[in-house]
Amino acid sequence: MRSAIQIKDLHFSYKDLTVLKNISFSIKKESFYIIIGPNGSGKTTLLKLISGIINPEHDSIHVLGKSVLNYSRKTLARKLAFVQQNQPVDFSFTVFELVLMGRSPHMGMLGVEKEKDIDIATQAISFTAVDHLVDRKLDQLSGGEQQRVFLARAICQEPEIILLDEPTASLDLSHQIRIMDLMRKLMDEKGITVVMVSHDVNLAAMYADELLLLSKGRMMKKGKPDKVLTFQTLEKAYDCKLLVDESPVGNFPRITLVPHRFLKDTNQ
Amino acid sequence: MNINSPFLLKKMFFVCMILMGALVLSVFLGLSMGSSGYEFNAVLKSFLTGDVFHSKTDTIIWHIRFPRVLLSILVGAALSLGGLVFQALLRNPLAEPYILGISGGSAIGAILGILAGFSYFPGIGLFSFVGSMTTLALILILSTGHSILKKDSLILSGVMVNAFCGAITMFLISLTLDSRLHNVMFWLMGDLSNLDIHQVLILAVVLLPCFIVIFVFSHSMNLMMLGKDSAQSMGVNIKFVTLILLGITSLMVSATVSTCGPIGFVGLVIPHLFRLIIGQDNRVLVPACILGGGSYMILCDILSRTLPEHGEIPPGVITAIIGAPLFILLLIKTRR
Repeated sequence: MRSAIQIKDLHFSYKDLTVLKNISFSIKKESFYIIIGPNGSGKTTLLKLISGIINPEHDSIHVLGKSVLNYSRKTLARKLAFVQQNQPVDFSFTVFELVLMGRSPHMGMLGVEKEKDIDIATQAISFTAVDHLVDRKLDQLSGGEQQRVFLARAICQEPEIILLDEPTASLDLSHQIRIMDLMRKLMDEKGITVVMVSHDVNLAAMYADELLLLSKGRMMKKGKPDKVLTFQTLEKAYDCKLLVDESPVGNFPRITLVPHRFLKDTNQ
Repeated sequence: MNINSPFLLKKMFFVCMILMGALVLSVFLGLSMGSSGYEFNAVLKSFLTGDVFHSKTDTIIWHIRFPRVLLSILVGAALSLGGLVFQALLRNPLAEPYILGISGGSAIGAILGILAGFSYFPGIGLFSFVGSMTTLALILILSTGHSILKKDSLILSGVMVNAFCGAITMFLISLTLDSRLHNVMFWLMGDLSNLDIHQVLILAVVLLPCFIVIFVFSHSMNLMMLGKDSAQSMGVNIKFVTLILLGITSLMVSATVSTCGPIGFVGLVIPHLFRLIIGQDNRVLVPACILGGGSYMILCDILSRTLPEHGEIPPGVITAIIGAPLFILLLIKTRR
């Protein structure tokens, strides 16, 4: 069993509105997989389908060799963690309480923690470098700190796969890199498969092993970043002018947006 | 690395011990104080010797005050828990059975039952339960969709449902011309008197299993406070848990309302007080609300019995005088 997630002929619609059509791809174990695409292309829905939050109509999604429909909520939660976008923080749990909640799928109904659970939570907290915040309340943290805490919670779940919905949205540059580096480290050191939805094509180019480009609920292209992130594909998908060249940093594509007033110069 | 979070069980034990002490003290005060005077010595004597029913004082203490104190504990605990559950499930710190109009709906059912001349159990209780479930469904439909997360829309639906229930209640009262009117009016303001020990015991039999079920789901409530998707991804079957908890809470609220009228704001004051002191963990908050809510209700009832020189202030008035300003304070705080 080489693939962590396998999707075959997935269709999904909310009532009459078709959101996803003819989706088939697989994600290798211990890889960094990023799903990109314009707004409304069905990225988040796809992620929710994989995580079992929404149920697919047929056995079209397999997680670790078994259809998501055949998992109980709790067993699925032991295999797969999900970090949602805009996690609400209305109630002020402390950082430690929140991270410890990640142990719930491994605990009984009341979630009474043992020494071991505390240890795992402590390790997760130091992995994402939020040690200094353990006793702080969640609503007192900055966006970047909160995101790292939610990541620690997901790690605390000890899953084989982590799904993230735009974890870098609304973060500043240094926090974006920090979160992405953490995800990479998670994959390298703990062998966790990371699946992520992102708006940022440049970050996707830098970090992904493989990419999936969705457009209007269909798969437009999938594969290695340099294969997917070409000038023609991106212009068609996003319907805007841009340049693609090789990044000066490494062996991956760099995407540059072209503002309308510079269009004449680049219209080659 | 220094983590100050103590083990759950230790914290639970500690909190329960303190609140148990507070409850015992409240019970003692509740038995000792009343409109006929203060009898600390007599209560202490029967506490210590086990001797009861010797004098007129003993009769007042054990036949009149004791059922009332017991009833206060049950009502206070049930209403506090009701508030706690609604606040967690709807992820809205302002949610409370009374404010959401669920007590009001329950009251309509109960009044219909009283006017139809049914007995307290099961007739009025059943009517009251149907009333509370109907209003709960109405509120959820009104504020459903994306807006269920929005604090204002939920509270607004509650206010409207409440106003509507109030109008229907008034309509029903206007139809009543006989002696039942006084009963209904007094009951509407929250009434802990006029109950014998058997009715209190029936209420206890209904409420105690509800308390246990809510405690069992308290960790699921923790997870659900992080949002629907997160809770689900951590293994919570949210449809099941939501259905059970809302059903159980409506049952508790209608059971208390049909017994002693709609008593408001307890479910707001107690959970907020304890959240402030012991934190967000519902596993500790559930026992704290049961014990603390019980003590709070006894104290409110003592005030209602001893403040006026003649007669009583309805306890519902006392809880509203304490709770309503707090609600306004919280509203201002959450707007910021």
